[in-house]
Amino acid sequence: MIHIGTYIEQFINWLTLHFAALFHVIKVLVESIVNSVEWILMFPPFYVIIALVAFLAWKRTGWGLMLFTLLGLTLIWGMGYWAQTMATLALILSAAFIALLMGVPLGIWAAKTPLAGKLIRPVLDLMQTMPAFVYLIPAVLFFGLGKVPGAFATVIFAMPPAVRLTTLGISQVPKDIVEATRSFGATPRQLLFKVELPLALPTILAGVNQTIMMALSMVVISAMIAAGGLGEVVLKGITQLKIGLGFEGGIAVVILAVILDRITQSFGPKKKINA
Amino acid sequence: MSKLKIEDLTLIFGKEKEEALSLLKQGKSKAEILKKTGCTVAVKNASFNIEQGEFFVIMGLSGSGKSSLLRCLNRLIEPTSGKVILNQRNITSLGEKELQAVRRKEMAMVFQNFGLLPHRTVLENVAFGLELQDIPQKEREEKAKAVIDLVSLKGYENQHTGELSGGMQQRVGLARALANDPEILLMDEAFSALDPLIRTQMQDELIDLQEKMHRTIVFITHDLDEAIRLGDRIAIMKDGEVIQIGTPEDILTNPATDYVSSFVEKVDRKSIITAASLMFEKPTVAILRKDGVEGSLRKMRSSGLTSLPAVSVDKHFLGFVYLKDILELKAKGEHTIEKAIIKDIPVAYPETTVEQMLPFIAENGRAVPIVDIETNKLIGIVAQTSLLIETTGASWENVTGNTIDNLQKEII
Repeated sequence: MIHIGTYIEQFINWLTLHFAALFHVIKVLVESIVNSVEWILMFPPFYVIIALVAFLAWKRTGWGLMLFTLLGLTLIWGMGYWAQTMATLALILSAAFIALLMGVPLGIWAAKTPLAGKLIRPVLDLMQTMPAFVYLIPAVLFFGLGKVPGAFATVIFAMPPAVRLTTLGISQVPKDIVEATRSFGATPRQLLFKVELPLALPTILAGVNQTIMMALSMVVISAMIAAGGLGEVVLKGITQLKIGLGFEGGIAVVILAVILDRITQSFGPKKKINA
Repeated sequence: MSKLKIEDLTLIFGKEKEEALSLLKQGKSKAEILKKTGCTVAVKNASFNIEQGEFFVIMGLSGSGKSSLLRCLNRLIEPTSGKVILNQRNITSLGEKELQAVRRKEMAMVFQNFGLLPHRTVLENVAFGLELQDIPQKEREEKAKAVIDLVSLKGYENQHTGELSGGMQQRVGLARALANDPEILLMDEAFSALDPLIRTQMQDELIDLQEKMHRTIVFITHDLDEAIRLGDRIAIMKDGEVIQIGTPEDILTNPATDYVSSFVEKVDRKSIITAASLMFEKPTVAILRKDGVEGSLRKMRSSGLTSLPAVSVDKHFLGFVYLKDILELKAKGEHTIEKAIIKDIPVAYPETTVEQMLPFIAENGRAVPIVDIETNKLIGIVAQTSLLIETTGASWENVTGNTIDNLQKEII
C-alpha cells in the first residue's frame, strides 16, 4: 500500500502548525476584503444597487440586459434573498480579485520564462481537475469555518483561467511588434506595460470573465464550510429535501451568473476594426 | 573614418555554437557544420564598412542571412562572433543600458510588417520611440508632428494604425524611426509588403527624403531592382556570405559570380548602365589643323569607318566628319577638313544613362560622342551597336550584322 494520503496529511498538519501566524494574517486580510465588499453592497438600499447594475448593463451591452437585470434582481429581492445574494456577490468578487492579483503576474511570468511556464501548467491542470470539494479540507484546517476558507477554496479553483489566459494573451502579442519595441531601446518593463499588457488586455479580460464564472460555480461547495450566501440556501434545499428552496436559491445564482457573465464579457475581445 | 564597420561578423543558430564556430574557422562548409553540430550558420564572416550618409543596400534571397545580419547591427540578435563598430565604438561589447541608449539615439529600425502598435493612434506611434526615452508628452508630440509632415501623413495623426493602408502604415513606421533622429536607419524589407505601385512611390519618396536628410541607411531587400534604385552601394548575400559589394553599376557590369550575374540578367539595365561603362576610350578622331583631308581619309580607311569625331588639337569636341564630305573636299582640292565638320551633334556625358541616350540612335550609325561635362573635351565614343544591344537586351554572342540592322530599324 502506498500511503500518499498520510504524507499529504502530515504535510498539511506541518503547514498548519508552523505557519499558523501566516494563516492568521491571511485570514484577517481576506476577511476584511470580503467584509468591506459586502458592506459596500449592503450599505445602500437595494434599489440603488439594482439601478447601478442596470445602468452598467445598459452602458456595456444594451437594453436587453438592462431589462433582464432590473427584473432579475427585483425578483431576487422579492424572493427575500437580497442579503444572501449580496454576500455571495461579495465573496465572488473578492475571490476573483485575489485570484487575478496572483493569477495575472503568474501568467506573465509563465509567458516570459519557458521553465516557469512548464512548471506552472501541470499545477494549473491539477488545480482545475481536482474535485473542488477536496480543497475544503485544508481550507478548514488553515482557516477554520466561514467566509475565508470559502474564499480560499474559490481562489484556488478560479485562478487557473486567469493565469492561462494571461499567458496566452502575452504570448500572442505579434513577434514583430515586440521586436520593434525592443529595437527602439525599450526596457523589459516598458515592453511589458506599454506594449504587451495593453495588447494582451482583451484576452486577459476574457480570463477575468472565466475566473468570475468559475468562482460562481464554487458558491454551493463553499457553503458546505459555512461560507454563507446563496449557497447556503441551495444547500439547505438539498439537505432538507426542500425542492422549492433549492430552486429559489438556484434561480438567484443563475440570474447573478447571467448578469456577471454578460457584463464582464463585454470587456473582452471585440471584433477588430480592420481585420 | 567609416560610420559603421562590420568586422568578421558571424552568426550561428543552434546549441553547439562554440564547436560550430571552431569548425567554421577550420574552413568547413555550412553543410558539414550542420551535419556535425546541428548548427546553422546564418551569417559567415561578414566584413564591410558603411560611410556617413551612404545608402547601403544588402540584397539577397530569403535564407541568405540578410535580415539576421541586419538584426546583429542593433543586437536584436546577438552575433556569435565579430564586431559591429559604430562611430568607433564596439556595439557588440556594450552592456544592457548602453545598448538601450544606442537603440534609442543612434539606430532606428523600420520593419517589413511595420510592427506598429494597433491600440495607439498614428501620433502616439510616431512618438513611441521618444516616449521610451521618457521625453515629456508635449515635446515628443511636437517632434512627432514635424516628422509626420515630413512623410506626408498630415491629417492622419489621430487615426488608429489598423485603419490605414499598408503604404500609410509604413509611413508611420518610417516616421517613428525618424522621430528618434537616429544616425543610422535600419530598414528591413521595408517596402516588400507593399503593392508594386505603392512600393515604387515609397522608394521615390525615400530617395527624396534621403537627399534632404543625408542619413546613413542600411536597407535590406530581396529585390535587385529595388537595390539598384535605392543603393549607393549594394552588398549581395548568398547562404550567409557577402559575395559582392559595389555600386549598382559595378554589380551590373562586373558581376563577381554566376550567382550575381543570374540576378543581373533580369534587371532593366537601361536606366542604370551609363555611357562611361559602354564607352570606347581613345577612339580614332580627326584632329582639326593636324589631320588634313588626306590624314582623315587615311584614318577612315585604316579603321574602316565612314565617320569620325572631329576634335581640336586640345581635344575639344567639334562635330563629326563623314567620308563623302571629305571626298568632296578632296575633289575641290581643299586641305583642311574644317568645312566638312557637321556641328550640332548631340553629345552625352559619362553619367548619361542608356535610356537617356536612346534619342541619339541615328540612322547613319554614327557613334555617340562622350564629352567631359565641364571642359567639353572628347573622352570617348559609344558605338551604336553597344547602344542597340543594351537597349534591346540582346546578348552579345548572338549578334550578327543583320540583327544589328534589324534592331536599328525597329528602334527608329
